[in-house]
Amino acid sequence: MRINPRFTNKFVQLGLNFQAFFTVGILVIIVAIICFKGFPYVNFEFIFAYPEDMGRLGGIFPSIAGTILLALLSILLATPLGVGTAIFLTEYTKESVFTKIIRFGVESLAGIPSILYGLFGFIFFVIKLKMGWSLLAGVLTITIMILPTIIRTSEEAIKAVPRNLRIVSYSLSATKWETVTKVVLPSAIPGILTGIMLSVGRAVGETAAVIFTMGSSLRLPTSLMDSGRTMAVHFYILAREGISMEKAYGTALVLVVSILLINVVAYYLMNKAISKYS
Amino acid sequence: MSMNVKIAIKKLRVAFSKNEVLKSVSVDVYKNTITGFMGPSGSGKSSLISVINRMIDFEEGAHIEGEVHIDGQNILDGGHDAVELRRRIGTVFAVPIPLPRSIYENIAYGPRLRGIRDRIMLHYIVEDGLKKAFLWDEVKDRLSMSALKLSGGQQQRLCLARTLALKPEIILLDEPCSGLDPISTAKIEDALSELKKDITIILVSNNTKQIARITDFSAFFYLGELIEYGTTEKLFTTPSMKKTEDYIQGKFG
Repeated sequence: MRINPRFTNKFVQLGLNFQAFFTVGILVIIVAIICFKGFPYVNFEFIFAYPEDMGRLGGIFPSIAGTILLALLSILLATPLGVGTAIFLTEYTKESVFTKIIRFGVESLAGIPSILYGLFGFIFFVIKLKMGWSLLAGVLTITIMILPTIIRTSEEAIKAVPRNLRIVSYSLSATKWETVTKVVLPSAIPGILTGIMLSVGRAVGETAAVIFTMGSSLRLPTSLMDSGRTMAVHFYILAREGISMEKAYGTALVLVVSILLINVVAYYLMNKAISKYS
Repeated sequence: MSMNVKIAIKKLRVAFSKNEVLKSVSVDVYKNTITGFMGPSGSGKSSLISVINRMIDFEEGAHIEGEVHIDGQNILDGGHDAVELRRRIGTVFAVPIPLPRSIYENIAYGPRLRGIRDRIMLHYIVEDGLKKAFLWDEVKDRLSMSALKLSGGQQQRLCLARTLALKPEIILLDEPCSGLDPISTAKIEDALSELKKDITIILVSNNTKQIARITDFSAFFYLGELIEYGTTEKLFTTPSMKKTEDYIQGKFG
């Protein structure tokens, strides 16, 4: 029996609409619950004060600072490394067994659960290299963890730059490096930024790998060798150990709002880059 | 007629694995003339110019034998600097390819690579290039507009201007008008006729009428071989080879 194509069309359209609303709906529900539960506890003091009594009282300023430090330093370390690897893989080598091994390695790294990174960071950075629970150990671990994402997205973005643009650049007497920096990378910036944003999200939201390496000290980290805790870790400990659900939801709200803010800023930067190079 | 030879191509053979695209071709291109390379697709004319500007370096599996001398120097020598060579030899491709940036930045791209930072100097180079490519009047008020917003014909003249900004001695044009309307084509032809006072130009084209209109010398290629080469007048009035005559009369191609 033949199904009426007009009916199929309507049906598919309805189905796709439903799926789109479903995705947005889940996001809205999660954010709404966190806002609803956390909003009463978030105020100026909560954001700028130090925690007291294990976090039962006071604010979360050190965790906010810890989160920003961890994410920022990891990104600053992972971006040049990752983008460099991507440039090497796409522009400076031909496909070979060697590049296949690198890609295989990158893909395997991307699939490893974060707690294994935490364990590795604990054994290698914290114990073996005697860094102790520290911002440095956390940053290095998170850097390794987000590197595959940055490499993969940058590689895809660089590959998507039309070959014609490279040819034109060479024909205008550019060297390979000049072509990469002046033509390829500017055109690939939106894609590379996407990878960086995904990585920021992972760094900000990570708990397992962070507890193992950066520790969970409530103090404000003032040097690379200080332990500290991120908002996600703070939230986890507050909720897991039943210290204060109110403060936990407050922390969650600040966390969610910061991620939304980061995304908005990233979109702004991306649009700026796109309009400059098109 | 005594003229300086600018480019001397000697027994040039180009092959991609087993596929021979040029079979021992020898041509002398004279200084400050327009030389047309014509022939049906697959005749090897595009491969020939990609050897002259060494853009063939970016094609995988190309095998090259023979010599190409520019001002007496063999550019296929291992030690020859291809980057410097491409400053001396401008290239305009069949499809106009503006860089995704403003009109001004497109033209300034080459000079900036050569280390020119002075704004007055850059502005002069940009204006000069656009004027010589007959595009200045159309874009002088919107130099900061994205080059991608220009029409196809304007984009191709932009590509010519961008090449001129490097002050080349030679310009290679690979079917530059294949996608253009007659008015844009005429503008490019006018520009080329002016430019040949100082620049040696090689024009690859499938359009025999265009070759007849603006070139001084022409070469006819067929399946990787040079069939006939001489003054355009001679080739188009009394060709020596039957193949040339047939091609010019549009019997194949």
